[in-house]
Amino acid sequence: MQPTFSSSRILQPVRPWFIVFSLIGAALLNFLPTAHWPGVPDWVALVLCFWCIREFRRVGMGWAFVLGLLMDVADGAVLGQHCFAYVLLAYAASSLSRRILWFPLVQQALQVLPLLVATQVLQALMRLAVGADFPGWGYFIGPVVATLLWIPLTFILLLPQYRPVEQDPNRPI
Amino acid sequence: MAGIDHAPPPFFKQGPAPLALLTFYLAVSLAIFVVDLRFQSLELLRQSIALVVDPVQRVAQTPGSLVDYAASYLQGMRALQQESNELKHTQLTTAPNLQRLAQLEVENERLRKLLSVKEREKANGQVTQILYTARDPFSRKIIVDKGQQAGITAGQPAIDETGVVGQVTRVFPFSAEITLITDKDQVVPVQIVRSGQRSVVFGLGNGQLELRYMPANADIQVDDVLVTSGLDGIYLPGFPVARVVNIERDNAYSFARIFCVPIAGVENFGEVMVLDARQPLPPAPPASAGRPGSSDQTGLRGRSKKAASKGN
Repeated sequence: MQPTFSSSRILQPVRPWFIVFSLIGAALLNFLPTAHWPGVPDWVALVLCFWCIREFRRVGMGWAFVLGLLMDVADGAVLGQHCFAYVLLAYAASSLSRRILWFPLVQQALQVLPLLVATQVLQALMRLAVGADFPGWGYFIGPVVATLLWIPLTFILLLPQYRPVEQDPNRPI
Repeated sequence: MAGIDHAPPPFFKQGPAPLALLTFYLAVSLAIFVVDLRFQSLELLRQSIALVVDPVQRVAQTPGSLVDYAASYLQGMRALQQESNELKHTQLTTAPNLQRLAQLEVENERLRKLLSVKEREKANGQVTQILYTARDPFSRKIIVDKGQQAGITAGQPAIDETGVVGQVTRVFPFSAEITLITDKDQVVPVQIVRSGQRSVVFGLGNGQLELRYMPANADIQVDDVLVTSGLDGIYLPGFPVARVVNIERDNAYSFARIFCVPIAGVENFGEVMVLDARQPLPPAPPASAGRPGSSDQTGLRGRSKKAASKGN
């Protein structure tokens, strides 16, 4: 697979431990006390969305469900709130992945934005429906910031898969 | 990209169809959402996951607390001296009351015996450190550093040095979750100090509280202090809860809208004291023994029971 559809470089296959590592890192970022600042993205949703698009055969709804359960407990939220939103996000991301990967990174980000916004709105709707307090509009800035981070995130998460540029002109592939 | 010696990818064995998986996971999510919300019977699942998540969360909080520690370390001698002087000053101003407190308590006990009224319960508890605010943006909760290990149970009230902060709603092995009194629809049964009138105060979710179901002509003024009434069997009577800041009386409605702010530093970080659970209330008298015309009283009792059950 290539980093972008127009790139001539070929990526190495992803290492499963790196997927686990990046998701744990995202969870740690979520646990930081910065979570209360407006505009801090939901890192787990962002990284999960990335892997669901890139590696839809490896990362899917099962991962989303488990991560959602972890985030529910960590947040002190109602169990099932993150699960529901993440599972839908994973489904949408993996079914759209074959289409999204054909776009340059900026347009990929634009297509990811509705998915992340829907994740956030769905959680808000679930909680408001059972009588929770409206969290304020700052809650919905997070997905926008996450979208802006899509390009650097793609670069960072694909770093371990780049091969060194070979100068051998007689390379078979 | 697999090497030539690898088996071909199993294209035709991909497990259940995505739509079937989606339906399954969504159904399970919705089921646990409803069960957790309505029946609260998934506490064991939550506690076992928390056992794994909690240490990681504490590690993630260390950079912030290190910064706090460094900031307070570098605060400088002058600020510390000033604070120390202020504390001494406050101590001196409260000294007359404190010194006579022991004598007053003894006197109160004796008078209560003379009147054959039940003795006041003593307030005991344990000091806990606030670890962090729960991340959930839809509610107002804090996590403290003592849990089942320290004998904390759900329902215990928490206070700080000025008043009621909240109530323990969930207990984990090494930590506990306290719902603040400003959380939406968190209920505290209160009494107005000036008039002695009893009511219940509801959290609004925006940092304020509201005194609901008070008639438009109720005897209440701005700056009235509300203390816990102790009717609920959860909060001991007499702890300051809130101060009235705004009253809207509109004759079109039968109830006044009364807004209050919490007296305790509810949204501040620091330490809180989790009070021990109260002794169980005596059993309610049979319905026929109730005074006639005390419908408002029974209504209040019903509400405070709701408050009491919310914690459990």
